[in-house]
Amino acid sequence: MSGPHLEVLDGGLFTTVQDLGRFGHQALGIPVAGALDPIGLRLANALVGNPQGTAALEIAYLGPCLRVAADSVRIAAAGPLSLLLERPGEPPEPLAPWRSHTLQRGWVLRAGPVTGAAVAVLAVAGGFALPPFLGSLSTYTRAGLGPFDGRPLAAGVVLPLTRPAAPAGEEVELAEPPDYGSGPVRVVPGPQAERFDEAALDTFLSAPYRVGKEADRMGLRLDGPALVHLAGADVPSDGLVTGSIQVPGSGQPILLLNDHQTAGGYTKIATVISADLPRVARLRSGDALGFRAVTVAEAEALRRRQERHLSGLVAGISRVRPPGGIDLEALATSNLISGAVAGDET
Amino acid sequence: MGFPRTASAGDTAFHVELGDGIDRATNARVMALHERVTAARAAGALPGVVETVPSFRSLLVVYDPCATARAALEPAVLALVPEGEVPAAAGRLWRLPACYDTAFAPDLEDLARACGIAPEEVAPRHAAAEYHVYMLGFMPGLAYMGGLDPVLQRPRRSEPRVRVPAGSIGVAGALTLVYPWESPGGWHLIGRCPVALFDRRRAEPVLLAAGDRVRFEPVDRANFEELAAAARDGTLDSETLLGAA
Repeated sequence: MSGPHLEVLDGGLFTTVQDLGRFGHQALGIPVAGALDPIGLRLANALVGNPQGTAALEIAYLGPCLRVAADSVRIAAAGPLSLLLERPGEPPEPLAPWRSHTLQRGWVLRAGPVTGAAVAVLAVAGGFALPPFLGSLSTYTRAGLGPFDGRPLAAGVVLPLTRPAAPAGEEVELAEPPDYGSGPVRVVPGPQAERFDEAALDTFLSAPYRVGKEADRMGLRLDGPALVHLAGADVPSDGLVTGSIQVPGSGQPILLLNDHQTAGGYTKIATVISADLPRVARLRSGDALGFRAVTVAEAEALRRRQERHLSGLVAGISRVRPPGGIDLEALATSNLISGAVAGDET
Repeated sequence: MGFPRTASAGDTAFHVELGDGIDRATNARVMALHERVTAARAAGALPGVVETVPSFRSLLVVYDPCATARAALEPAVLALVPEGEVPAAAGRLWRLPACYDTAFAPDLEDLARACGIAPEEVAPRHAAAEYHVYMLGFMPGLAYMGGLDPVLQRPRRSEPRVRVPAGSIGVAGALTLVYPWESPGGWHLIGRCPVALFDRRRAEPVLLAAGDRVRFEPVDRANFEELAAAARDGTLDSETLLGAA
């Protein structure tokens, strides 16, 4: 491979190329897929100067090992990802997430465990020079859609880059990590809430649930009190979204994630609101969760509020300050005397 | 009657339901609404709609809550629901080869017993019908087809299989389908189809469309293997599978 690229020395446990998703084809049975953590994707991209929806690497549980085969490359990680930089003749250096780093030719980036979340994101300035399928680089492994025949990264795979070298400019960082939310996961009841007995909805909205052993990009099986149907668990198959909570005959809910099938015939008791999807998608087997109902209008407002939070974080991206150092530019431009009064005001 | 009826799917989608069960008339109205919404979007209307997903009796409208809101979008979509009956669209007729060899039909004997017929009757009854494609869904290229012989109609398996081989022909309820991919599946498996219902090498990766008609043509094992090899190589021309109207 002659052009600039990242060489995969080890693919990690399950590393896939993902952008925000392959939209517009669910009517043909083609799932949306895309980053489980779109907040992480967008912020990692912003930190390396990419359009926010640029495809990046989604890393699950244990990350890949990559060698730089370009003059230089700028990267940024989003999420609790352990990153070690290996340079010839130097001891390994940990690299922090939520900020950019520039790596030189021959350096090796060893991504390790993701601690405390199911996934993290690693973005590269300029993104990958890979051919999209139906307008997206998102990977859907079950049907082999996406780069590398829809397969996760493995040793020997080459990630071609669009940039031969990192962009000019200093490293930047977020002022603070994003707020994914905490407390009960908000849901909008329905579309088939009326197919459950009254106690079921109350139970669902008050009981503690736990993410079961089966948790992957298609969904999370939840363990908890069984939810009782009024007249069977089946409906004619209809459309599904990421966040749909299906309840089959067993009464145990399934919370669908990005690789969900495009239609399904189990009754759905509720849908997780879009603002809480990134948080839910980062849950791992054994994690506890509870649910609280909100209206559609409240959910839309929460999403828009989250968008403002993210815009604020992006606007606040600034040069990395040396530890303990003074940011002279900020000092010169900030208003140190706001709030002073003339003395004759009461 | 209560239709059209809407139901929430969170803050990024809602269902417009035009009926309760699986029937041609309701499905035709869903497809007509899907086409009308698609045309309206192409003309610049309904900003914020990401896509619409038709199914047996409802249309899922997916939107961006940062670009629009349910309160604004829902009435605009409901205004496009067709009044009364919709004439059935004339879809293409496909003739899909089907091999009902015992190796491909693990549920054939059990199904025959449950239906009270001899096993040799299953394949001819399945192949005698002309099926109507109601919708695509579940997996890329998977088509839900109606028109199954009433004698063969049974509920889905109580325990789905963890792995159904790609190309398997399944029946359940009043429907039949072909699994384009290896996947979990709860339908009764009675044969295999060598054609790739989804092939990303094709200009149009998905072969069947809602509204198409399908007939299954029995082929023997040797013929099946030839066709399957051609499908894998990409040399099986899908034009040859189109039947005369």
